[in-house]
Amino acid sequence: MSDVTTVRPLDAVAARVRRFTSRRASWIPVFAAVGILVALLVAGQVYFGNFVTPRVLSSLLLDNAYLLILAVGMTFVILTAGIDLSVGAVLAFTAMLGASLMAQGLPAALVIPVMLVGGALIGLFIGVLIQFFDVQPFIASLAGMFAARGLAFLVSLSSIKVEDPVILWLQSKLFYIDGWFLSPTGIIAILVVVAGALVLQFTRFGRTIYAIGGNEQSARLMGLPVVRTKLLAYVISGACAGLAGVVFTAYQGAGYPLNGLGTELDTIAAVVIGGTLLTGGSGFVLGSMIGVLVYGTIKTAISFLGAEQSWTRITIGILLLVFVVVQRAIVARSTRRR
Amino acid sequence: MSVEATAPVVEVEGATVRFGREAALDDVDFRLFAGEVHSLMGENGAGKSTLIKALTGALPLGAGEIRLSGEPVRMSSPVDAQRLGIRTVYQEIDLLPNLSVAENIALGREPRRFGGIDWRAMRERAAAVLAELGVDIDPGSLLGSHSLAVQQLVAIARAISADVKVLVLDEPTSSLDADEVAELFRVVRELKDRGVAILFVSHFLDQVYELCDRITVLRGGRLVGEYSTKELLRIDLVQKMLGRELAEVPIRRGEEPDPSSRVVIEAQGLTRGSRPRDADLRIHEGEVVGFAGLLGSGRTELARLLAGVDRPDAGRLLVDGRPASFPGPRRGIGMGLVYSSENRRTEGIIGELTVRENIVLAVQAQRGLFRLMSRARQRELADSWIDALGIKASSPEQLARELSGGNQQKVLIGRLLALAPRVLLLDEPTRGIDVGAKVEIQNLVAEMAANGVSVVFVSAELEEVLRVSSRVVVLRNGLLVADLPADEVASSALLALVMQPDDGT
Repeated sequence: MSDVTTVRPLDAVAARVRRFTSRRASWIPVFAAVGILVALLVAGQVYFGNFVTPRVLSSLLLDNAYLLILAVGMTFVILTAGIDLSVGAVLAFTAMLGASLMAQGLPAALVIPVMLVGGALIGLFIGVLIQFFDVQPFIASLAGMFAARGLAFLVSLSSIKVEDPVILWLQSKLFYIDGWFLSPTGIIAILVVVAGALVLQFTRFGRTIYAIGGNEQSARLMGLPVVRTKLLAYVISGACAGLAGVVFTAYQGAGYPLNGLGTELDTIAAVVIGGTLLTGGSGFVLGSMIGVLVYGTIKTAISFLGAEQSWTRITIGILLLVFVVVQRAIVARSTRRR
Repeated sequence: MSVEATAPVVEVEGATVRFGREAALDDVDFRLFAGEVHSLMGENGAGKSTLIKALTGALPLGAGEIRLSGEPVRMSSPVDAQRLGIRTVYQEIDLLPNLSVAENIALGREPRRFGGIDWRAMRERAAAVLAELGVDIDPGSLLGSHSLAVQQLVAIARAISADVKVLVLDEPTSSLDADEVAELFRVVRELKDRGVAILFVSHFLDQVYELCDRITVLRGGRLVGEYSTKELLRIDLVQKMLGRELAEVPIRRGEEPDPSSRVVIEAQGLTRGSRPRDADLRIHEGEVVGFAGLLGSGRTELARLLAGVDRPDAGRLLVDGRPASFPGPRRGIGMGLVYSSENRRTEGIIGELTVRENIVLAVQAQRGLFRLMSRARQRELADSWIDALGIKASSPEQLARELSGGNQQKVLIGRLLALAPRVLLLDEPTRGIDVGAKVEIQNLVAEMAANGVSVVFVSAELEEVLRVSSRVVVLRNGLLVADLPADEVASSALLALVMQPDDGT
C-alpha cells in the first residue's frame, strides 16, 4: 500500500522533469548562472559579513545599468548567431556627441533622441555591411567599432563635462524604499530588460530572431523576413548602445572619448555567462541580466577585498571559459542525440 | 473513378531550364491531380530535382508554363509557391531544432492575442494538426529532442497546417526505418483522401509501388512518359529510367573468400554505450561483409568503431592480430581502415571544394601539411579516379556540390580509395542516389573485393546488402544476432531476422 502512494508522486515528478527538459532545455544554462550568482552572494556574505545588504545590492544595478542595457541589445545580435563588437565605442561616441551638444546648450529632451538615433544608425551600418555586402559580423562590427571610436575623438579629444540637470537627475535622483534605492537609470535598464524579454518571447520579430539563430537557411525557406530581422537586430543593439551612452553619461557626469574601452567584451561575457549560445538560437534576455549581475557582483567583491580590479577580468575570464566549455558540451550532446 | 476525369491541379507545359548550354530540363510536360500520389522517377541528372525546384519556386523556368488550377502562375521564390498552396518537405529536414514543435509548425503565422503571440493557442493548434496526423508528442517540446522521423512528420504538419493544394515530398523516407515509413505512408494516404495532390519522390521502388497512383518518368532532362503504377511493371520502369535493358547492368557479387584467407580486422566484445554491445566479428581479406539492421540497430555505430572513428567503451579491436586502439580516425586511416559516413553532405563531401580537391583531400592530409602535392600530381590523381569510377563531372575543377548525389558518393569513394585502403567501410553509400548509380557503386564494391580490399557494406536496403555481400551480419538493438553467408539467406528471411522483436532483456 505504502509503495503505491510513494511511487506515484515520484512518477509524477519524473514526468514533470522530463516534460521540463524536453520543453525548456535552453533554460538550464540560465539556472546555472543563477546558481553561480547565488553562490557568489552567499560566499561574499560569509566572507565579508556585510555583503548581502540592500545598499550593496542596490548599487549593483546602479553601477551596471549601462552594461545591462548593452547586454540586452547584444542578446538580440548573438541570438541571430552574430556578434556586435561596436557597442563600447558606440557608447563612447554617443556619450561624447550628447555631452558636446548639451555643452552647446541644447536641451536633454532633444539630445537624448539624437544619441539613440546615432547609435541606431551605426547599428544599421553594421547590419547593412553584413546583410548586403556579405561581411562577417565580427569584421563588420569591428569596422563599426573603429568608426564609432574615431567619431568620438572627432567630437573632442578631451573630456566634456555635462551639467544638464535632466541627465544628472537620471543618476542622482534615488528612490528609497526601506534601505533599497533605485535610480532612474536603473529603472530604464529594467524597462529595457522587460521590453527585450517581451519582444523576444511574444512577437513574430522575436521568434524570427531565434529562427535565424537556429538555421538561417531554413528560416528563409519558411518565408520568414530574414533580412529585415537581422538588420533590426543590429539596429536594436546600436540603439541600446546609444541608450547606454545616455545612462553612462549620467553615471560619469561627463563624456570622454576613451570611455567604454573593452566594454563590448564585458557585454559579450555577461551574455554568454547568462546562458546565451554564441552559435545562436538559444538564450534569454533574463539570462543576460543574470550574467550582468554576476559580473557586477564579482567586481563588487573584488573592491570589497581591496584587490586590484584586474582580478575582475581574470575571474570573469575563468567563468567565461567554464561556461563556453559547458555550452559546447550541451551542444555536442544535443547534436549527438539527433 | 478516375482522377483524370477532373482537371489537373498542377499542369506544367514545355518546361525548359538551361544551365549554360546544357538543358537540365527540355520541354517537359507534367500533370498532377488532386487526390493522387504521383511519383517522379529518373536517374540522377534526369531532371527530377530541376523540375521540383521549378514547381516549388526555387528555380525559374527558362521557357514553358506552370498552371495552378488552370491559372498560369509565376513564382520567383519558395515563399511565392507556399503562398499559392504548394508546400515542400525536403529530404534534409529544414526545420529549427532550437524551437518548439508548435513554433516550427506555426512560425510565420502564429496566432496572436493582445498584439503578442498567443502561446497557448499556438500549442493547441499544433496539437490539433499533429492529432490529425496521429502523432502524439508534446507540442511544447523542443523539435531537436525528437527523432528524425518525428521531425519529418512535424515538417508535414507544418506543410498541411496552412491551406495546402500540392504537397511535394522529396526523398522523405531516406532516413526512416520500416515502421516509420509505414507511419509516414498512413499520413500521406490520409492527405490524399482529403484531396491534396502529392508528389512523392523516392529512390525506393518498393515504396513508389506501394504508395503511388501514377508515375512520370524523366530521362536526360526529357519526358519519357506518364504511366499508371498498376499498368507499369517494375522491370519496364527501370528500363524506361535507364533507357536500356536491365540485363545490360548485371550485378556481380563479391567472390566468396577463401576461408583460409587472412583476417584483417577482428573485433572482440566491442561495446559502446548500448549499441553495439559485445560485438565479436572477423573480417577477412577481400571479403564483402554486409551489415543489415534497422535504423538504431547499431549498424552505423559498429562500422564507426571498426574504422576507429569512435572509441569503444569496452572490448578490443585487432588489426592483423595485434590490438589497436585509436584516438581518432587518423590512426585508423594509417592502418588502412577507411570509413565513409552515411551523412554524405555533412561528414563527407565538401561542397565548396572542387572534385579534384575532394579526391586529393585524404591523401594530402595523410602526407601532412609540409609535403604538399604538386598541382600536376593532384590533377593526375583526381583524373585517374574520375576515370576509374566513372565520375560524371564537367571537369575536375567543378565544385563538388554541383554534382548529383551518386557522383558525390563516387568522389567520396575515390577519396578513400586513393589512400589504398585494406578495409573500406561504406555506410549507406547508395542512399538517395538513383538506380543506375546504385548499380555502379555495387559493382565497384565487388571489384574492390576482387582486388583484395575488404569491404563492410552498411545499408538499410536488405536486398542490396544481400546482393553485394558475401557474408551478412545482422544487428538488432545493438546486438550482433546473426552472421550468415549471403547466398544462404533469402531477403524475406533476412527481413524476419532484422525485424524480429527481442524477447526478454
